[in-house]
Amino acid sequence: MSARPQLDLENITLPMLNQTLAQQSSHKTAVTRLQLFLAFSRISLSSFGGAMFWTRRELIERQRWLTEREFLEIYTLGQLLPGPNVLNLTVMVGYRFAGWTGGASAVAGFLGWPCLVVVGMGILYQNYGRLPYVQQALGGMSSVAAGLLLATVIKLAAVLPRRWRPWLFGALAFIGVGVMRWPLLWVMAALAPWAVFAAWKHE
Amino acid sequence: MGHGGASPMGRFRGVETRVMEGLDLGALFLQFLILWFLAIGGPSTIFPDIHRYVVEAHHLLTGEQFAEIYTVAQVAPGPNAMYVTLIGWYLAGWKGVIATTIPLLVPATTLTMLVGHLNERYPDAPIFRAIRRGLMPITIGLVFASATILMRTVNHDWRGYLITFVTVAVVLRKPWNPLWLFAGGALAGILGIL
Repeated sequence: MSARPQLDLENITLPMLNQTLAQQSSHKTAVTRLQLFLAFSRISLSSFGGAMFWTRRELIERQRWLTEREFLEIYTLGQLLPGPNVLNLTVMVGYRFAGWTGGASAVAGFLGWPCLVVVGMGILYQNYGRLPYVQQALGGMSSVAAGLLLATVIKLAAVLPRRWRPWLFGALAFIGVGVMRWPLLWVMAALAPWAVFAAWKHE
Repeated sequence: MGHGGASPMGRFRGVETRVMEGLDLGALFLQFLILWFLAIGGPSTIFPDIHRYVVEAHHLLTGEQFAEIYTVAQVAPGPNAMYVTLIGWYLAGWKGVIATTIPLLVPATTLTMLVGHLNERYPDAPIFRAIRRGLMPITIGLVFASATILMRTVNHDWRGYLITFVTVAVVLRKPWNPLWLFAGGALAGILGIL
């Protein structure tokens, strides 16, 4: 009796499901250089108090170019390379979707505007920066910026597997740099080979 | 702009023109280029070295001027590393901007492009898989460390922490554009002393 309606239901939902899956896996090819330039321009121009929060928001939530996990993987590779981490991520995301010129378009959007804006802000600050209410407004905005970074890391941590080893490495990295304030390079030199080896062994 | 960027110099208190005459932009460029190749883990790793070069070794800026430039760049939109661009501007106008900003780009456009290429080409290579899997938790720990260091640096009393935690709660629950939060934070900062 009840088997028929269930079958019908499957016939309706399966194509829809397939369509959703196709959409999820096809987003990799559909990004142009102009889109890259515009997206990274938007990221850089809204990046008050650090670019991490805005990059995650644009690439994962707004454009849906990357999943949470892909974002974290690219960011992690970027952290191993010299230079600003988000700039390295910008290069690799641009390269992934549109090759060399895609990387260049993304970098142009990401660094071009801030170059001009930071100089403009420098001039403004020299003229108005010492007004007390400017200082207080900046103080309030810095507190918001700290909150944005905290919220970003909470969202990213949700993709970590629920096993003790990843969380142990995460906690050790946090304690080394955030609590003990040891130089990043030492902490990475101590933890990274160990973490990569453990991941290699458990593949 | 032109030669020497007299206008930015004039706007910045206390920078004497004699600094300009002794400034070797080529040496500055080369030094920054070397430093950025060493900046594994992000710009904060070479911050002390840039400070040492600009303030202590060559007396291009005073410590106070360096701190002010750094603060302005933190407030401006864009990556936090842009303070090097502003240092260039204060030292030599647009020529200085080029001398201090291009070095930041070089590692990212060479090494990173190469690694990005290899990673896209061989996404299933065991070494890349192990690096991505193994280091991902460390990345999260490091970003969490940055967030707490930033939080402790910018918040001087409970009001600052309140703004920070309200921001976290809002961002995790509501899809609002956080620029509104910045406007709210600025307003709260202004009203906080009244």
